[in-house]
Amino acid sequence: MKEIVVISGKGGTGKTSLTASFAYLGGKDVIVADCDVDAADMHLLLEPDFEEQEDFYSGELAYIIQDQCIRCGKCLEVCRFGAIKNLFNTYQVDPLACEGCGYCARICPTNAIINKKPVAGKWFISNIKTGSIMVHAKLGIGADNSGKLVAKVKNEAKEIAEDEFKDFVIVDGSPGIGCPVVSSLSGASFVLMVTEPSVSGLHDLKRLYELIKKFGLKAGCIINKSDINQQITDEIETFLKEENILHIANLPYNEDFTKAMTVGQTIIEFSNGNLKKQITSAWEIIKNELK
Amino acid sequence: MKIAIASGKGGTGKTTLSTNLASYLSEKETVVLTDVDVEEPNSGLFIKGELVYEEDKFKMVPQWVEDKCTFCGICQKVCNFHAVIQLGKMIMVFPQLCHGCYACSELCPESALPMIPKKMGILRYYKNHQLHFTESRLDIGEEQAVPLIRQTKDYINNTFSEDAIRIYDSPPGTSCPVIEATKDTDFIILVTEPTPFGLHDLQLAVETMKELKKQFGVVINRDGIGNSNVTDYCKAENIPLLAKIPNDRRIAELYSQGKLIYKDIPEFRQELDKIIAYIKTLKINRQA
Repeated sequence: MKEIVVISGKGGTGKTSLTASFAYLGGKDVIVADCDVDAADMHLLLEPDFEEQEDFYSGELAYIIQDQCIRCGKCLEVCRFGAIKNLFNTYQVDPLACEGCGYCARICPTNAIINKKPVAGKWFISNIKTGSIMVHAKLGIGADNSGKLVAKVKNEAKEIAEDEFKDFVIVDGSPGIGCPVVSSLSGASFVLMVTEPSVSGLHDLKRLYELIKKFGLKAGCIINKSDINQQITDEIETFLKEENILHIANLPYNEDFTKAMTVGQTIIEFSNGNLKKQITSAWEIIKNELK
Repeated sequence: MKIAIASGKGGTGKTTLSTNLASYLSEKETVVLTDVDVEEPNSGLFIKGELVYEEDKFKMVPQWVEDKCTFCGICQKVCNFHAVIQLGKMIMVFPQLCHGCYACSELCPESALPMIPKKMGILRYYKNHQLHFTESRLDIGEEQAVPLIRQTKDYINNTFSEDAIRIYDSPPGTSCPVIEATKDTDFIILVTEPTPFGLHDLQLAVETMKELKKQFGVVINRDGIGNSNVTDYCKAENIPLLAKIPNDRRIAELYSQGKLIYKDIPEFRQELDKIIAYIKTLKINRQA
């Protein structure tokens, strides 16, 4: 079983549309993991049935039992996150500021602070229209630990893939280079970077690849909207060559990305033209690379 | 006046709006623009200015002092983030996982884990006439954006006058980095696209702003693609729709070259005027 992680550094490059297309092309052979748990969109294209769902608990939140509090203020003193407020001589926890380190509870002389494990999100196992299975999630508002939810979704998808002898897990990652991205990269067989030829696209691609190098992972790249700026497309291609990154395809700017999404379809279902052919051959290249 | 420009979905035009709005406004008044999307800071690609100041940013993490350690195990026990692990006769610290709560350091009976600074990124401040631009970039491999966002906001609060309008280019999403970027602002502009992805992620961002009890409005970017569901949603939910930036290939091309849009495209400038007019009414309300 091979794990393909699709990421982009910069948002809005067409990562989810392409991932969904590959999932459609791979059909039953591909288990899908939507690891963009902050803003998961894959379910809008793949018609999941939300067959199984489970709460995701992560981290801790301090909670002050007012009856036991003697208003000594020690909790406020030790909190490095400004999460404890004293309002009219009542100590309270700001749940959005609390990082769940548990320090206040440990030093409270009257044990008036307990740690609650809040629901940080939900995750789902769904049957999808490709005839396969998708693992996906919804992070609670402002919840911490999205990296852990990413790990949960990914590991769940991998287990299913192994149990059912599937060839591939395809992971839709999140933008950026922080904890959710690091979490989605671990254990990848191949990283597909989706970029666009803009100053931001190139800038973010370089930062992202620096991170991928730290993990020593094999990578490939699709340049989407490649005709928006030929000069930067050339620059990206040079960068790919220098870094020995597999250049998979250049896809021209095409509003079918949006049109397909508007009717809840992958590009493969929606488009009959050249775009479909190019995405299909990109998928063949990726599969070959993983043989 | 502190304004954050945010979005649920990435790539909707936060940076385009932040840089153009800040630059346009600065033709008439002092503006403090800050890029707090520290994982992928892009505003600097569009704003040219003279570098005034730069400084490395550090977070505090524990460092093990072997000679003092008695291997009592308290440090490992009190760390909720598994950043301090005892392996036989060794204490290992994983700085990427450390949130800097000081629990291990201060609860160590032997003072064997003093906190030391570890570099996590760099802050730079540029000036271009009335536009003051600051960005912070997270070092590659650092996982936590929040401490750097927090320190960047502290820098802005300590460096610039409250009178100038402040604009924060925020990270995408709805989790901790966005909360940190938006929590002390007066108004949030949510940038979205009129597509199913745009709408879905906008709804998440709206939920987040309601949770934070923030005032916010929506700007639709690439208006004309997709469908009218975002507009309908804003109407139904009574969310102010501040402007609609047309879908125009020229905008995408200028953006791709790192150029500001409003200078070349009047339709774009008109939409900025609408946003500015709205912001100014907010200002009056606040003072009243």
